Amino acid sequence: MQNIVERLLSGDRRALARMVTLIEAEAPQARGYLAELHQHAGRAHIVGVTGSPGAGKSSLVTCLVRELRDRERKVGIIAVDPTSPFTGGAILGDRIRMMELAGDPNIFIRSMASRGNLGGLAASTRDVVRAMDAAGYDPVIVETVGTGQAEVEVMRTAQTVLVVVAPGMGDDIQAIKAGILEIADIFVVSKADKPGADQTVAELAMLLSLDSHRRQAAWRIPVLKTSAFKVQGISELVDAVQKHQVYLQESGSLAQRAQRQVQSEIQNLILQTVARALKDVVSEEEWRILVEDVTKRERDPYSAAAELAARVGLI
Amino acid sequence: MTETSGNNRSSILHDISRPIRVLVAKPGLDGHDRGAKVIARALRDAGMEVIYTGIRQTPEMIVEAAIQEDVDAVLMSILSGAHMAIFPKVMELLQQNNVDDVLVAAGGILPDEDIPAIKAMGIKGCFGPGTLMEEIIRFVRENVQAERLATEV
Repeated sequence: MQNIVERLLSGDRRALARMVTLIEAEAPQARGYLAELHQHAGRAHIVGVTGSPGAGKSSLVTCLVRELRDRERKVGIIAVDPTSPFTGGAILGDRIRMMELAGDPNIFIRSMASRGNLGGLAASTRDVVRAMDAAGYDPVIVETVGTGQAEVEVMRTAQTVLVVVAPGMGDDIQAIKAGILEIADIFVVSKADKPGADQTVAELAMLLSLDSHRRQAAWRIPVLKTSAFKVQGISELVDAVQKHQVYLQESGSLAQRAQRQVQSEIQNLILQTVARALKDVVSEEEWRILVEDVTKRERDPYSAAAELAARVGLI
Repeated sequence: MTETSGNNRSSILHDISRPIRVLVAKPGLDGHDRGAKVIARALRDAGMEVIYTGIRQTPEMIVEAAIQEDVDAVLMSILSGAHMAIFPKVMELLQQNNVDDVLVAAGGILPDEDIPAIKAMGIKGCFGPGTLMEEIIRFVRENVQAERLATEV
């Protein structure tokens, strides 16, 4: 019997599905598998789709995938929804809009709960992208949780970021000025069959024209109108995504982005290792006492942290 | 309610421990999914990750979703009376795909005389109107196959 990595690489969907489960659970063997998968990944274009709740992300992704299938691409989709901070449970509903895609062997959809991560993705989303990439899915589309202003983590995972804005947000477009406005490679005004779409396009174009420090000097951020309901503007959007991919390759930005991403990934892995070491060294009872002491102001958090850091061998 | 910050599993980092994943599916042509939504919400509040498919799913769609999402349990809600046509198909497709470690249960309008046949298909639980949420939550917790968390298909 082949191992799970070999089966994943040969296109076994159940092996990929279980690999994602192991990655999400931070199973001890997952890092070893991921190290192997890393050798086979790096081929997929990673497209992030973000925007506020109800902006139309899932419907847009469904249309995108349909168009990409017409172009004979094998598409991976990761859809992230929020985990309840109270119960740890989650309702993952992005599949509802994507069910029409079910049954096509060249589409793989996986729902992920954010599991306490705050940046719009789950902590292990990047590793799940790696698994889908290695399994031959290209592009891999990552749909974030419905975002507010500051959930910009997708830019550290995706190569092309689509920011979806629904019309009728009026003055609320202010809300995306900072943070999310800055991470868009392409703006998508969704629900273009509804009134107000042209005004939203105009407002976004105006905001962009004010941006004198453009992150990507040679890339003019397009503002595109789509309607999932009438299936309009989708082909143009897929063209724009491909154009951005070419731009990234030719300008050298792809390599730069990859380097930044790898750097933040290694930093994250180190932090995880530290967190694990801490758990090994400090018992839950010790934690409880420590937290109580600091809460009662019998000691301060800084010396407590220093003491623990010393015990893990950090200082 | 106390805040658990969603990562209560971090206290047992070295063991595999994760939320139970459940697919709540609505096969058949009836569009009455209030029951399915109530169940989905209750399981969520019990700390599970619930993937809801939406209404009017074919057996193929349900099995495909169960595979891709690698769920621990599939709960099907059906009120149209088509269960004796749909359930065997779902079980057959699961078998064809070698999915033998997933708990399958059903709810909705399931006449008493059909229950033995449904259970004989390998559908472990049948829950009619009036079932307490606690009963379903306990059923899922006690019957998902714990060892599937550590096995590699």
